[in-house]
Amino acid sequence: MSDLRGGRYDAIVVGAGHNGLVCAAYLAKAGRKVLVLERRHQVGGATTTEEIHPGFKFSCCSYVVSLLRPWIIRDLELPRHGYEVLPLEATLTPFPDGRYLLRDSDPERTRRSIAQFSPRDAEVYKRFGQQMAELGRLIKPLIDQPAPDPLSRDPRELLRIARLGKQIRGEGDAWLFANVKMMTMSAVDFLSEWFECEQLIAPMAISGIIGTFLGIRSPGTAYVLLHHYMGEIDGSFRAWGLPKGGTGAIAQAIASSARALGVEIRTEAPVAHLLMQNGRAAGVVLANGDEIRARAVISGLDPHRTFLHLVGEEHLDPEIAQQVRRFKMRGSSGKVNLALDALPELTCRPDYGPHLQGGITIAPSIDYLERAYDDAKYGAFSRQPFMDVLIPSLTDPTVAPPGKHVMSIFVQYAPYHLKEGAADWPNQREAFGDAVIDTLSEYMPNLKSLILHRQVLTPWDLEQIYGLTEGNIFHGELSLEQLAFLRPMAGWSRYRTPVRNLWMCASGTHPGGGIMGVPGALCAQAMLGKRAV
Amino acid sequence: MPIPTPFHERTQPLCTSYRWKDWAGYCAVCSFDTSHEREYFAFRESAGLLDATPLYKYEVSGPDAAALLGRMMVRDVTKLKVGRVAYSCWCDDDGKVIDDGTVSRLAADHFRVTAADPTLHWLQALSRGLDVELEDSSARLAALALQGPTSRAILRDAGIDEIDSLKFFGVTRGTIRGIPVWISRTGYTGDLGYEVWVEREAAVDVWDALMAAGGRHGIEPAGLDALDVARIEAGFVLLGVDYFSSQKVVLESRKSTPLELGFGWMVDLERGNFIGRDAIAAEQKRGSIWQLVGLEVSWVELEQLYASFNLPPSLPATARRDALPVYDEAGHQVGQATSHTWSPLLKKYLALASVRRGFEAKGTKLQIEHTVEYERRKVTATVAPIPFFDPERKRKP
Repeated sequence: MSDLRGGRYDAIVVGAGHNGLVCAAYLAKAGRKVLVLERRHQVGGATTTEEIHPGFKFSCCSYVVSLLRPWIIRDLELPRHGYEVLPLEATLTPFPDGRYLLRDSDPERTRRSIAQFSPRDAEVYKRFGQQMAELGRLIKPLIDQPAPDPLSRDPRELLRIARLGKQIRGEGDAWLFANVKMMTMSAVDFLSEWFECEQLIAPMAISGIIGTFLGIRSPGTAYVLLHHYMGEIDGSFRAWGLPKGGTGAIAQAIASSARALGVEIRTEAPVAHLLMQNGRAAGVVLANGDEIRARAVISGLDPHRTFLHLVGEEHLDPEIAQQVRRFKMRGSSGKVNLALDALPELTCRPDYGPHLQGGITIAPSIDYLERAYDDAKYGAFSRQPFMDVLIPSLTDPTVAPPGKHVMSIFVQYAPYHLKEGAADWPNQREAFGDAVIDTLSEYMPNLKSLILHRQVLTPWDLEQIYGLTEGNIFHGELSLEQLAFLRPMAGWSRYRTPVRNLWMCASGTHPGGGIMGVPGALCAQAMLGKRAV
Repeated sequence: MPIPTPFHERTQPLCTSYRWKDWAGYCAVCSFDTSHEREYFAFRESAGLLDATPLYKYEVSGPDAAALLGRMMVRDVTKLKVGRVAYSCWCDDDGKVIDDGTVSRLAADHFRVTAADPTLHWLQALSRGLDVELEDSSARLAALALQGPTSRAILRDAGIDEIDSLKFFGVTRGTIRGIPVWISRTGYTGDLGYEVWVEREAAVDVWDALMAAGGRHGIEPAGLDALDVARIEAGFVLLGVDYFSSQKVVLESRKSTPLELGFGWMVDLERGNFIGRDAIAAEQKRGSIWQLVGLEVSWVELEQLYASFNLPPSLPATARRDALPVYDEAGHQVGQATSHTWSPLLKKYLALASVRRGFEAKGTKLQIEHTVEYERRKVTATVAPIPFFDPERKRKP
């Protein structure tokens, strides 16, 4: 059948990011012939681990895993293909005064640590977690399904929405009020309703801004906090994990599973543009001029790249093109990866111990974070940024030579649009790296003397190397107006696109970014359901 | 009251959880931290260092040492070469298992036996008329298990030059900081790993040397909770949990045979006589009543079960030893699961179970009891081959 209707392949996936691979694997599982084309020399996209310095493996972009869905792990038999996740329990927040806050899996230890700042908050903390889990319970199933679409006229969809509405009413008024509040409040305001000490509020609030161009006092950021309470690794055991061998190993595991299911994956095969015929996608044209035909093309790229580059505006309805351009990318973060000669010493707690095996969050106060945002608002990187620091080699010795370490530093804010223009990033890259290391050295004085190699990735680099438009790590900001049935645009939230035979499977679609795999899996399911392949 | 092991002065300050238990009369660490998880992952990703001193140890030496153990052990250890270790069980005359352990041939006329239960009386009983010398070295020798992928590099850095030529189930002499030790490539985790045997006076120095050498290889002191998860993944049975010593039980039905426990591969009926041989031969003809199997509990059904209570799935964080009934598809009880655990590595809920004949084939669908909110329900458990986890590095040269 495929031979008559579009060449050798039922589907071509453009981009071997983790979602593209998941989508390909599900289609192959259903018996379809699938080709995945990747521009770079290796699969994974931003789910990548690379030996940037000999012996040191950096998870250059994404660095932890939380929401990779258990059903996808099972369906694709990922543990058999090398998927392993190590626990990542603790969050350490050092303060300039030499004190620190340590939150880990031991509730009593956590309570004591918070109590040094506020005994009251220490008691409330656990209740807050319960409340958030309660709020998240209804939301959570939504990330495993296509977004409910109120624009739909399909009776089945309306029934589904009605059922959801009934469920929400069943939860009672308090639940509804809390949710409406979350959707409209800022992270700081919402947390301040619960807590009094900012040593706790500041590090908690950052979950509301990661990957967005918003500040912790910006409305709408409270909602993103909820995502923090929905993570699951082993069923519901915990929120965050460290993939063994780096996040790239996840992509390798998915690719291995996909290949075992019959998917063909070609690396170093850049796609120039779609092959358009009568306004429909008929395949792709590679950079070398080769044409490959298929019944359907699936884009693993972000919405901007998909429509404005892959399809090309000449094939797009101007209204649609306008909508795509309105979809906010505006990357706000960078990444600094270090190869270290030894373990750095924290001023607040110099001993070696489990507290180092989690994340180290540089978010000492609300004002500190808001000032970091101020820099970004006016087109500069934060002189004193928020940082999420991780030393994965402590838990997973395979990523560094014995006794040596890799350090992953997620940095926000680093706005793509500098006031000198995005193209000025190469001139400011090292200054940005210096600001990060200088700030971190205030907490780890011997850090500089241990650095064997430094990799600085600005949003501009993320765009150049990984094809993330404007360096947005989530393929488009995870803000309320760009989520659910509005992702990537109203009316097109079901992985289908305005271009016939073109589908989207990556983080620019519901439920969004992070190593989750859901967009890829739901796209495949939607295509099979509509008999598109 | 349990007494401290020679490593206690090192383990005690590290055991911030104060979680100890009695292991053969010694204080043994359950987990150093409140959760055993880091220690478990050390076994699987770097290396865990576990105080295994409470194991019972016996020195069997003299011209008839091989003959004694040849008669006692189900496995033919008389052919064991010097520098090799064999895992075996031993039985009573009725072919019922008494205990299991390792037999190391340290010299032509010197063997070391490890056991879970006190075994001197049994060795003595069997030594009558033989030219052997027996020593209960349990208290004299301290033991450390160093298990995990970086364990070899740690021992190499600790100065054991022989480590790279030590094969799976090999044993060798060595020195650590000038202290003579025995090192065997054995363990209870089913991973690359070693056990280090040392005179108790020098025990602390060896601990310090290994911890120092292990610093750059991610070494972590580990306790029994982590070990319990690892040994279930490795499919190792535990005396007193998965089976019971024939010398200790009251009911005949509680006893187990080597064939029932999956020790059939140890048995060589063609060699000379050994204790239990005739009974085992008869059982082989007749067929065994029970069979030890691995079970994989359906996670999908567990999720559904919890969802029906409006709950996310929640399982015990540690390996469990409360026996659970196992049923066939018609609902008749056909056995019991004796150890069960969530495997963080395999992302599966695993169990070791004894089932009646006819239900042991791989892929057989059974039902296992699972309690949610005080209600006893059943979920599907599928018979799976053991070991559940068997990494190549375990036996790799």
